[in-house]
Amino acid sequence: MMERRLARERGMSLTEKLAAVSWPFVALLCALAAVGYAMLYSAAGGAAEPWAFRHGLRFGFGLLLLIGIALIDIRLILRLAWVLYAVGVGLLVLVALHGEVGKGAQRWLDLGGFQLQPSELMKILLVIALAAWFHRASLERVGNPLFLIPPLVATAIPVVLVLRQPNLGTALITLMVAGSVFFAAGVRWWKFALVLAAVAIAAPVAYESLHDYQRQRILTFLDPWSDPLGSGYHIIQSKIALGSGGLFGRGWLQGTQGQLNFLPEKQTDFIFTMLAEEWGFVGAVSVMLLNLTVVLYGLAIALGCRHQFGRLVATGISVNFFLYMFVNIAMVMGMIPVGGVPLPLISHGGSAMLTVLIGFGVLMSVHVHRAVEIEAGEDA
Amino acid sequence: MKRESARRALFTRRVLLLGAGKLALTAALGARLYQLQVVESERYTLLAEENRISVRLIPPPRGRILDRFGEPIAANRQNWRAMLVAERTDDVAATLANVAQIVPISEAERARIEREIRRRRRFVPVMVRDFLSWEEMVRLEVNAPDLPGILTDVGTHRVYPGGEAFAHVVGYVAPPAQADLDGDPMLELPGIRIGRAGLERAHDRVLRGRAGTVQLEVNVVGRVIREVGREEGAPGQDVTTTLDAGLQRKVAERIANDSGAAVILDVRNGEVLAMASSPSFDPSLFESGVSAAQWREWTTNRRAPLINKAIAGLYAPGSTFKMVVALAALEARTVTPGERIVCTGVTELGDAKFHCWRKGGHGALDMREAIKQSCDCYFYEVARRTGIDRIAAMANRFGLGVPLAIELPGARSGLVPTRAWKQATLGKPWALGETLVHGIGQGYIQTTPLSLAVMTARMVNGGRAVEPHLTRAIGGQLVRGHRAEDWPAMGIPEAHLRIMREAMDGVVNERQGTAWASRLPPEAGARMGGKTGTTQVRRITLAERERGLRRQQDLPYEWRHHALFVGYAPTDQPVYACAVVIEHGGGGAASAAPVARDILTEALARDPARRRTPPAPSLQMAEVSRPAEEGRR
Repeated sequence: MMERRLARERGMSLTEKLAAVSWPFVALLCALAAVGYAMLYSAAGGAAEPWAFRHGLRFGFGLLLLIGIALIDIRLILRLAWVLYAVGVGLLVLVALHGEVGKGAQRWLDLGGFQLQPSELMKILLVIALAAWFHRASLERVGNPLFLIPPLVATAIPVVLVLRQPNLGTALITLMVAGSVFFAAGVRWWKFALVLAAVAIAAPVAYESLHDYQRQRILTFLDPWSDPLGSGYHIIQSKIALGSGGLFGRGWLQGTQGQLNFLPEKQTDFIFTMLAEEWGFVGAVSVMLLNLTVVLYGLAIALGCRHQFGRLVATGISVNFFLYMFVNIAMVMGMIPVGGVPLPLISHGGSAMLTVLIGFGVLMSVHVHRAVEIEAGEDA
Repeated sequence: MKRESARRALFTRRVLLLGAGKLALTAALGARLYQLQVVESERYTLLAEENRISVRLIPPPRGRILDRFGEPIAANRQNWRAMLVAERTDDVAATLANVAQIVPISEAERARIEREIRRRRRFVPVMVRDFLSWEEMVRLEVNAPDLPGILTDVGTHRVYPGGEAFAHVVGYVAPPAQADLDGDPMLELPGIRIGRAGLERAHDRVLRGRAGTVQLEVNVVGRVIREVGREEGAPGQDVTTTLDAGLQRKVAERIANDSGAAVILDVRNGEVLAMASSPSFDPSLFESGVSAAQWREWTTNRRAPLINKAIAGLYAPGSTFKMVVALAALEARTVTPGERIVCTGVTELGDAKFHCWRKGGHGALDMREAIKQSCDCYFYEVARRTGIDRIAAMANRFGLGVPLAIELPGARSGLVPTRAWKQATLGKPWALGETLVHGIGQGYIQTTPLSLAVMTARMVNGGRAVEPHLTRAIGGQLVRGHRAEDWPAMGIPEAHLRIMREAMDGVVNERQGTAWASRLPPEAGARMGGKTGTTQVRRITLAERERGLRRQQDLPYEWRHHALFVGYAPTDQPVYACAVVIEHGGGGAASAAPVARDILTEALARDPARRRTPPAPSLQMAEVSRPAEEGRR
């Protein structure tokens, strides 16, 4: 039975691949995007313009991209891992040299009308590169500290580039995503402890080198009421909106905080606040669970994969998606400093949605090609 | 294979750990959410629903524009408005019907209101009527129980008590366009207005002020519960102009039936006492948007009511330019004041003939007589000897063809040609005949009425290069330039200037002078000096000249000459200089000089220095630099 399936997947036809795509997973994504459409419709005061319609359009385009990527043979992705990585770093360098300055930071690359945030894409490319590195490594080699130096360097390059943009939030998420791949690959606990200790020591030094606006965010986080009309305004208004939602919310299109424009950037970073105000605790938790299901589904794909490369890629991509959600929601609830991280598939913004869907495309490719033979590492 | 399974087992363990961690983190989020939304919900709901803090910008009152004595030229008036909140009435139509019994609402208005109610959220107030009278306002308030959903509030709007008489100088306000948004958040407030023309625009920043913020507790429909705190903005500062409102009104009234402009300056410091352009427009029409029909009427009217002709109308100066030619010649020593030049009625240069306005000629004339009788042949000759470049340089020193310091947007500097200018712009060398033509202020030369007034002021104030200005004080602080000493001397010998003053005196006050008919009446108590100018708007052909010139009144309006006059008074100690241009007025002596006579008479009658005893010497600056409020009454 197993042998027969294996033999079949060795030369899967397009239709077979399409059938192998996990359509329930796609349905989950559609559900999230539909939530996004509804919220953006509400954020515009009950109109498809200017956000909701474009959101739907982008999601449709992204979905096609996802399925297209899902059909790509995972072995091709493995072979091109480092090429893709190099392209990602190249884009980051390009954005540093020619990028559009948005809100005081150079993050965007304007590609003839649609903007790309290479730092988002880079997280996925980094995951692929790291997975390729660890794919061939036995546990003994992973245990060798010297073996860990190249992937650490490969992680450090994009992180430093993103930090210089400056975009502290994305840099930290990139670090954590990379960490999750290291972790899943079997790097020892004490090594993580060592890194954490080093970070704890370096933190005060790092704080000194932060940009003013980044420091301001941290200070505001510590005491938002210290400047209720200045930088604390976002968080306070967000909390008030959340709180006023109550258990069942005010109802769609009825959230006064969002509708009366108390909420800043309600269509992007603070969309969850609006959601929680209008749909209440029940609605907000439902959306969180929907997100969590997507993440766990991704991890399940990782567990079901027969090759280490696919397992690590799936893990990294799932963690990335989870971190988006976690950081965004924690941020609007005032649990961590505000960091310009959107809620993927729900917030308005093409770049994040596109990169998330590209990531899920790779995840789907792992799923479709979960049983292909990949020559395992030389000693695995 | 064993190793692979060990690796996979470790991976599975760790991914399960990751999954567990994510579950825990999500649970933490959920817990926090539960705390915020369920446990502390009441507290936040209270904050949100009953007493939410709303930060609103409060637009500061726009500064006023005052005349030199403090009389408002542009001010603010309260605008009472009635709004309707659809959510608070069960029957919008019934409420509107009740309102209509107090203030009439047309069908179109009712349709607009209902459309806006449909389009907006039900708790957003929709404007029912603005500019309510006090009585209508009171009746609405008294009948409030029958008018559920009706709110009243008060805004401000701009009023121009002087109306059309001040329109060009003061300008007007209008809602900001996209291009006006300069980062000032205030400009995004609904109902805000910014200066679009004239002083309103020139001093917009000062007049606008800085918006304050008020933190309000508002309830769910946006009704204000109480004020929590407020950060005061800065109200717009008042701008005190140099204008004398009473004089301005008289001047505007005097030229109201003509197309033209008149300017009166204080020669001692360049203050603009009056500046009128005709026809004019009602500046208050811009506040709420001009109708397309009105706009078309303004922009297609050949008399150009929207243009401030005093600063943007370009006219050849004609004979009013002769003093500048004379001064250039005196400085270049190409002629002496006493030299007599014979006028036969025509000057020949090669094949070309240049005619004097008097057919038979003036005979032999010295400089003073030539200006007095405005002999053309005399100035053909003097210009020929002096050359265009020296004449142009002198004209520039008198403010012609150069930018002036006037604050108004849209001011033009005119043109005084030179040889280099012609070569550069037309690509042709200068012709001597053109010098002759410019000797009588015709040809390429273009001046504005304001620059002619400046020329006159500089000529009679002892040769100080005063700059024309309209701003006397901002926020009560006098601005520089109100004292004669603030202005540099031009370095023109007093002897030369005296000849000009005497000649201009002669123009008006001697029988042979061209403006004898417009001398001031004895009760004015002073004499006026001046110079007439008449400029052709089309070339007089030889055939026409031979047929005999037609009387100006018989020509079609557009063919008639422009009439100009520059004048000053009193002749013994000059205080006022004026320039008058009447488009197609026929002749300077006939149409412009009488205007100058009347407006200078008015200026003299209003002169604060002359009404005080003992009369202060006119060049004593203490008089002029007194605080504006003391000036009158």
